[in-house]
This record gives sequence, structure tokens and C-alpha cells, in this order.
Amino acid sequence: MPSLGADMTEGSLVEWLVQPGDTVVKGQAVAVVDTAKSAIEVECFEDGAIQELLVEPGTTVPVGTVLAVLADGGRTDAPAGATDTGETAETTNTAEAGKTVETIKAAEAAKATDSTKATGAADTAKTTERTAARTTPLVRRLAHDRHVDLDSVRGSGKAGRVTRADVEAASRDSGRIRATPYARRTASELGVDLRGIDGTGTDGTIRARDVRAAASGPTTPARPASPAPAAAPRPAVSPEPPAPDGHAQARRQAIAHLMSKSKHEIPHYYLSTTIDLAAAVAWMREHNRAVPVAERLVPAALLLKAAAVAARKVPEMNGFWIDGGHVRPAAVHLGVAVSLREGGLVAPALHDADTLSLPALMAGLRDLVRRARTGRLRASETADPTITVTDLGDQGVEAVFGVIYPPQVALVGYGRVLDRPVAVDGLLGVRPCVTATLSADHRAGDGAVGARYLATVDRLLHHPEDL
Amino acid sequence: MAAPARTPEQETARTSFRDELRAAIREALRADERVFLMGEDVGSYGGAFGVSLGLLEEFGPERIRDTPLSESGFVGAGIGAAIAGMRPIVEIMTINFSLLALDQILNNAATLLHMSGGQVGVPVVIRMTTGAGRQLAAQHSHSLEGWYAGIPGIRVLSPGTLQDARHMLAPALADPDPVVIFEHGSLYNATGPAVPPPASYDIVSAAVRRAGNDVSLICHGGSLPKVLAAADALAAEGISADVVDLRSLRPLDGATIAGSVARTHRAVVVDEGWRTGGLSAEIAAQIAELAFYELDAPVERVCGAEVPVPYPKHLEDAALPAIVDIMAAARRTVG
Amino acid sequence: MTSARQNDVQEPAHPRADRDGEAATEPSEQTKHLLDLAGQMLLIRAFEERCVELYSSGAIRGFIHLYIGEEAVAVGVNAALSPDDAVVSTYREHGHALARGVPPEAVMAEMYGKATGCSHGRGGSMHLFDAGRRFYGGNAIVGGGLPIAAGLALADKMADRSRVTCCFFGDGAVAEGEFHETANLAALWDLPLLLVCENNLYAMGTPLAHEHAQTDLAMRAASYGMPAWAVDGMDVVAVEKAARRAVDGILAGNGPHFLEMRTYRFRAHSMYDPDRYRDKAEIERWRERDPIPLLMRRLPAGTADLPEMTERATAAVDRAVKAAQEAPVEPVADLLRFVTHEGA
Repeated sequence: MPSLGADMTEGSLVEWLVQPGDTVVKGQAVAVVDTAKSAIEVECFEDGAIQELLVEPGTTVPVGTVLAVLADGGRTDAPAGATDTGETAETTNTAEAGKTVETIKAAEAAKATDSTKATGAADTAKTTERTAARTTPLVRRLAHDRHVDLDSVRGSGKAGRVTRADVEAASRDSGRIRATPYARRTASELGVDLRGIDGTGTDGTIRARDVRAAASGPTTPARPASPAPAAAPRPAVSPEPPAPDGHAQARRQAIAHLMSKSKHEIPHYYLSTTIDLAAAVAWMREHNRAVPVAERLVPAALLLKAAAVAARKVPEMNGFWIDGGHVRPAAVHLGVAVSLREGGLVAPALHDADTLSLPALMAGLRDLVRRARTGRLRASETADPTITVTDLGDQGVEAVFGVIYPPQVALVGYGRVLDRPVAVDGLLGVRPCVTATLSADHRAGDGAVGARYLATVDRLLHHPEDL
Repeated sequence: MAAPARTPEQETARTSFRDELRAAIREALRADERVFLMGEDVGSYGGAFGVSLGLLEEFGPERIRDTPLSESGFVGAGIGAAIAGMRPIVEIMTINFSLLALDQILNNAATLLHMSGGQVGVPVVIRMTTGAGRQLAAQHSHSLEGWYAGIPGIRVLSPGTLQDARHMLAPALADPDPVVIFEHGSLYNATGPAVPPPASYDIVSAAVRRAGNDVSLICHGGSLPKVLAAADALAAEGISADVVDLRSLRPLDGATIAGSVARTHRAVVVDEGWRTGGLSAEIAAQIAELAFYELDAPVERVCGAEVPVPYPKHLEDAALPAIVDIMAAARRTVG
Repeated sequence: MTSARQNDVQEPAHPRADRDGEAATEPSEQTKHLLDLAGQMLLIRAFEERCVELYSSGAIRGFIHLYIGEEAVAVGVNAALSPDDAVVSTYREHGHALARGVPPEAVMAEMYGKATGCSHGRGGSMHLFDAGRRFYGGNAIVGGGLPIAAGLALADKMADRSRVTCCFFGDGAVAEGEFHETANLAALWDLPLLLVCENNLYAMGTPLAHEHAQTDLAMRAASYGMPAWAVDGMDVVAVEKAARRAVDGILAGNGPHFLEMRTYRFRAHSMYDPDRYRDKAEIERWRERDPIPLLMRRLPAGTADLPEMTERATAAVDRAVKAAQEAPVEPVADLLRFVTHEGA
């Protein structure tokens, strides 16, 4: 079937003008085909004899389909109607008559010159695509109608799918927060929760000045998203000194206010334990040997996972102290303290950290840190932690005794992983160890509960394969 | 790019946009014998807007060529002459008549280099008067710079100051690719002090004509005086405007636009063309792409009304961007 | 300006052949020249015939407009031009390009969309360019090349260069405003422009009489104040003679000249044209005046070996196809090249 026009993809054979056995010459019309626009005679390009007709009149076939076989007793070229593209020229030089015909190349060759495979490789799927992947159209429509930001909704369905119930709950809880992009960015930089801020823009849109006002004002929102810096000797500062601009100052003020409030309101008690990480480190090394560099684990991943799983097993450490009672959410959203280059901390949440696989947790952590440092956190991340971890091992301290970030009831601290002399089975050995600490709200629980938590962390780290 | 030295008299003299355009053409003709001017009534009439007055007497009819009313014919001829080594300045009387030559501009000037696989360059400069405001009614009042600014293969310029009227032509003539220059009809009579030679000069950067912190006012060409006047009035209200003169419409200087919005967090785009699918839409899209996280308010656009420009003054005024409209838009962003 | 249906043909001087077929002396210059013209026409014919096959098989895509039957015009006019002259053409320009000397490999590769094409593969059949040979396309807009041709001629006039710009266009283009603007401009400014109208009696599917109120195209061109006459476009000798006369007139400073080449395309307007608007009998009548046999009949007996010449042309086309098949394509990463000189 010849190509008879730029946009022709198929044609239908109307009639044959020749029969098997007929001799034909180059340029002779051998068939009539019907295209979208009109009927056209098809000529053959070789002398020869019709050996076999392959397509019945009335059939529609793609351009490039072999219609008939010619036998010429001499040089055999591509039969009538066969394709002849630059890339796949198959001119055979056999001399026998009646050579078998080439297989149908279909429309492939005809389209080869103009088809380009769309290899859209999305390096990092955008959030909306990810969200879209885990919601049904019905749910998306509902979210749209209720002005719910799907990115901020935690899915309770299978594999994290956002269900209708999730959307309805979210729309009851928060409503859509109208804030300008600049306001959102400012809020995440200052660690301010957008909820509860009155916007002065059109339709109550929150603008940057509203955020700054909220950050520096005397009344703080119910659940501010500010970090818990360590009270250790070496303060947690970013490598560069903070830029002497208004943002950093406002942020500092916000942190200062929150820490004061925490110390003022929360009766802290502190526990500490030193954990033998030999099993964990060994397991980790084995694991890393078998995977590519990009997927290798670092100790922090295990430490964070253990803290999260322990919070699930000891739920007294998870959740909030609100209005004289302990609110225990079902999920464990692990706040991770991240130092900012310009000074200050944020502690955004790794959602459902107890359910994440170690590689997923590491990827999530990396992404969170990157976005925290570039001011791209989502409101749900700053608002949702149910327990927070501060890992200052990289800074070199052995133990961290931190300030709980209200209204949470606990803060877990990790220091440096150090080789220590340890007595094991009566013998002296050297093992990698880490000092894990717990700052806990004495209103929500007593020392025994805190001890149980740390013991759980210890146990978990002795069985890293289960993490 | 240094301008020739000026006498003390020249330093204190006043000049006009028209005078500066003429001076630029004269300089170009003197500097390079390949340069010639061609268009309707550029010779004995002195140019429909008086830009080429006196040039015929100085350079003769070969180099100041009156053409018949054949936009497609003489624009194509300019393209052909450029291909064959000349450096023509083709004057199309107004953008309204350029539609007759759009085939030559788009299908030939903008496209020959590519269709020929890099062989056939078209170093032509095309100048056109554009814009409304003199009650010339619908067919003589278009601002279609946005259409041209969407064509790959050409450069599009919009001088709004006396300095640009004087100094854009030389680099345009030196460009090996087609350059289209739009002169707003209302600017020809604009006067000012003599133009100082620029210390450094290019035809790709936007220029901040007035620095401010509260709102970015982005404009070009004939809108620039209105926007500056609006900025003055806004300053009296305590709103400090950053005025960005685009100067080049293709390519757009996204860096300067984004830099301004990063300072002010609010943007108002002013363009006399229609807003739908127009130049203002492109600028707003670029702001969203380059400075989304800086925006503290939606981007505002002040454009020509979606109506053929009417004849009576009060309706024409209502159809075009006005200083009060620009100020109102700025206020809306500031809130 | 009267229209000449046929020019007198001078018999080429040649020696009589011996009885056993050998020429007693060398063929004359005239004969050699005619053989050269024949060879050029045969190359175009073989090339275009092959294009039919290649297009049907999908190797060539888009639009393709074949020159079969019109070869005498391209070859005859080009014989009157010098390499320094410029040529602007239409989308039916394979013949003009090949006659101009653009290598068949470059033209074929261009239609295959390969990087070795004369337009780097970027243009395809309708946009053949070769700046080195002053071949400026290849224009898909009917009449679009005319103003450009005027401009090329204008530059020569302004720079005092003694050379000609030749613009090919069809009978359909004479209906476009751009023809009239160009003819007027060229005559007004005395431009060294040769306007060659290939009147093949049909503008795509519209016959001449349905296109023009006044079908005497040469007369209409003459009304702009330039020498204009009609020529038998199937007779390459007549074409060349008329072209030489026009070129001489232009170079003598007599301004633009217009030639109406009365010719015919044996195939449809484009590959995808059922050709319903033409009478088969009419096509057969014109086939009897096929320019190639017409020229061969002029040549003295024994001077031309048609099968051998045909074989040579076919072999050249074979080589061109092979080269095109083997040539590389431009990488997609280079998409944005050639938009401006910066990106070139």
C-alpha cells in the first residue's frame, strides 16, 4: 500500500487490475485503492509477473502493507507496495523466481521517519502528579469543591491513597488556606503555621506581612511550627553566620518565644541511655554492599526509624498535651530538626515514619532537608509532627538534651556514633555506640514510661533487620 | 558602542524622539554604504512622520528610496537585498499596513535561515510606527507588537526613550538576523535634553527607569511616559514603584523582570495591545515561571480594551491604558 | 511584443557518419552542447521518476511536486545563466536545483531529511537552498519568492554588479498580488530581473481560463513596461535561445524581462493528486512533445546513445539514493539550531 499523501495512514483496496500470472511492466497500473480523499491507481515499479495477490478487494490496510508478490526471474527487489525506507532497505539479490515475500512491515516503516518516541522521563515527579496518582478522580473533584489542598492531606487508604473520608475530614478541620506564594515561603522560613493567621489580602488571602506580624506578635497560634534547638553546650548553628536581614531576626524571635513557652509550661524530665550499635552497623554495612551508592543507608536512617517505631509501640510518647489531656494520634509523624543556613531550625514531619522502609525514609529525609533549606516546606509538614528527633551527631556532641516543642510530649536526642570500650560477655571489646536521650513531658507520663521508650529504641536497634 | 562626540552646543540643546531617529539613520547611512532606507514616502515627502526629512537631499534617491504602495513587494525586496549583501532599513508606514507584508516577514525573513539549514541569513531592519491615541480609528490604531514578539528568528525592539531612539539602530543594523523596531506614534514629538552618549549599551536588556520597592510596573515604548507619570503620582501616595522599560520585546529580559518582582513582590504589566494572548500574557507567564515564590499578589495587566479602537476621543481614551488605570492596578496589588 | 510559438531551429553542423556508424570527425560544439542539455534533462527525469517510487514507499514525506515534462525549461534557462547569477524558485524546484548544479546527493538527502541535505535536512522537498550556487529556494508560498528575487536584483544594481537574478514561478503565481507588485517594482527601478513563468496551464487543479480573466500572461507582464514574450517550453533549444536573448537585454541595462514558458507537467500537481481535472487525451497529446525525445530527434544520427545516457542518469540517481539512505540525521538535541545566527 503506497503512501500517497502526507497524512495518509491507510488505504482500502478497491479492485485488482491484474491477476496471478499476468505479466506487468514498470509503471503499469495494477490496482485501484481508495484513500480518505479519492480513488487512485497504484502503479508497480518493476517488470515481472504477478505471482500472488495478498490482499482482498474491500480490505483496508495500513500504508506499507505488502499487497502482492512479483516474480521476475532476475534481480529480486522489494515487491509491489513494500516499504523502502532509508534505515531498513532490504534489497535481496537472490535470483530464483518465486522467492518468498517479505513479511508485512505494517505502518512501522512508513512512520519510521516521522515518529519520535516521547521519552518523557520525569526525574522527580511533581507533588501534584504524585498526589494525582494516589487519588481517584472523584476524590480529586471533592477536594476541588471543598477547597482542600490534596498535597496536605494524609491518605488513610491503601498505599497512602487519599480517600473520600480523608478529604471530608480535612475540609472539616482546616478549610483551604489562601496565602500568596511569597507568604507561604515566608511562613516556612519563619517556621510559622499559616493556620490561624488572619489574612489582610483579597478574600482574606494571607500575605507576607500577615505572616511576619504573626511571627513576631505576642499571641502565638495554637500549634506553631517552630523547632526545638538543643540545650547542649554547643548550640546548633548553621555553618555560615545568619544573614543580617529581617527574616533571620524575625525567625530568631519566633524561636525564642516558643522555647520560652515550652520551658515555662512543660515540666521536662530527662533520661539517657547508651546503645550498642554493633549489630545495626554491621547489618547496615552488609546491606550497603549489595546496593548502589545512591541507595546506601546511613546510621541516621536507622536511628530515626527506631525512634518512630518505638513511638508507635510506646504511644505515651507520641502526640500532644492539649487542655489537660494527652491526645494520641494513630499515626507517628516524626519531626526532624533541620538547621537552616541562615540560622535557626525547622523541624518538619516525616509522615508515618514508622511505616516507611529504610530506603524510603532516607529518601524522604533527604527531600525534607533539601526543601526545608530552600523554603519549600508544606504546611502539613510544619504542623504535623507528633514527636521530634534532634540528631546532632554530625556536630560532634555525645548527648543532646533538648527542649520539647509544644504541644508535643517528647523529644528524642541522638549524639555522635562513637567507638567505645564495652564489656560483652565478660570480655572487653570496642563497639560503635550512640547516646540516646529523651526529654519528656512529666504531665503525660512518668519516668518509667520514658525508660520503656528508650529501652524499646535500644531493642529495635539490636534487630536492624526488622526495622 | 560609543556615540560620536558632541559639541558644547549639542550638550545643552533640546532634541526630540523624531530628531534622534533621524540622526541615527543619518549616521548609519554615512558609516556604511550598504545601508539604505526604503519605504513609502520616505524620500520627497520626508517620511510620513517626518523622520527622514532632509535625507533625500543629502543622500539621493538611490539610498533614500520611495517605494510604490506594495508592502509585500518592497519588504520582500528588502529581504532579498539583505540576502545579497545590502543593509536595508525598510520602513513600513505603520504596523497596520504591515499585515500585507506579514508573509514576507514571517515566512521569509524569520524563516530563511532555518529552512536553508543556516545558509541564507537576512540582515534586514524593519521599522514601523505603532499604537493609537490620535483618533485615527480602528484600522490605523493597532498595537500588534506582541504578534511579532512571538516569532522565532527575529529580534523585536521597542524604544521608549530618546536615547534608545538614537542608539538602537546601529546594533540592529549590525545584527546578522532580522530586526523589527516599533516606534509608538505618540513618541515622535517627545522632547528632552540632548542624549548623552551611553557608557555601555545593548539591545537585549530591560532598563529600570525608576527604582522602587512596592510594586513593579513593567512596560515598553509608548506606555513608558504614562507609567512614569503614574509612578510619580503613586509616590505621593506612599507607593514606591519600580519601573521596568522592556526595550527588547523578543527576547524578553526575564532576569531583569524577575529581579524587579523579587524586590517588590507585586507586578503590573502595561501594554497597549489586547490582553488576550498578547504580550502582557507572555510577560505574566514569565513572571509566574521565574518569580512565582516572590509574588504577594496576582499579576495585574493594564491593556487595550477588547474592542477595535473607536474614533471619538472619549471612547478612544477609555479603550487605551490610562494613568489612572495603572495607578488603580498598582493599588490593588499593594492592597 | 509578439508571442512566438516556435523559434527557428538551426540544424547543427555535423559530419556524416561512416557506413559502419563511426563519426568521421569530432561532434561539433553545438552537438556537444545539446548532448549536455540532454544529459541534464535525463538526470532530472530519472531523479523525478525515482521520487515517485520513494514517496510511495514512504522514504520521502510531506509534499512533493514533480517536474516531469518541464525539464526543458530549467535546463534551457540555466544554460543561459552564469554561475554568478542568482536563481529563486518555487516548490516544484528539483529540476531547477539539479540544473543549477546542486548535487543529486544533496537534493535526495534533503528529501530524506538527512543532515547532508542541501538545506541540512531542515527544509525538505519544497525548501532546497544552495547559497554557494546562488540558489535561493525552494519557496512554498505561491508568489512568495518574487519580491525576494527583486531584492536580490536590487542589491546587484545598487552595488553595480553585472549579473542577473532569475525567478521561476508558475501561472498561478501571476494571480497573486506579489507578482504584480514585483513586476511593477522591477520595471520601475530597472532591476536586472529575469521573470520566468512556467505556464503549465494549471494552477494546482484550476485551469488557466478559470484562474485569469486575461490568459495571455506575457501580454500582462508587458503591460508593466518590460519586454515579454511566450516560448515553446518543450523545446530546450527554443528555451535557451529566448533566455539568452532576455539575459543579454537585462545585462545591457534594459531592465527586467518576462518569459512565458509554455510547458506541461505529465504528472499530477503533487504526489497526492488524483489529477481528475485533466483530460487523459490532453496529457497524451503533450507527451508526444516530451522534451527529451524532442531533443534527441534533433541530434545527428549516431551521436547519442540514449540507453547509455539513460543508464548513466539512473546510476547517478542510484548513487544519490544510496548516499541518502546511509547519511545521518541531525540529533534531536540540535533542534533549536539555525533560528538565529547565535544558535547556528
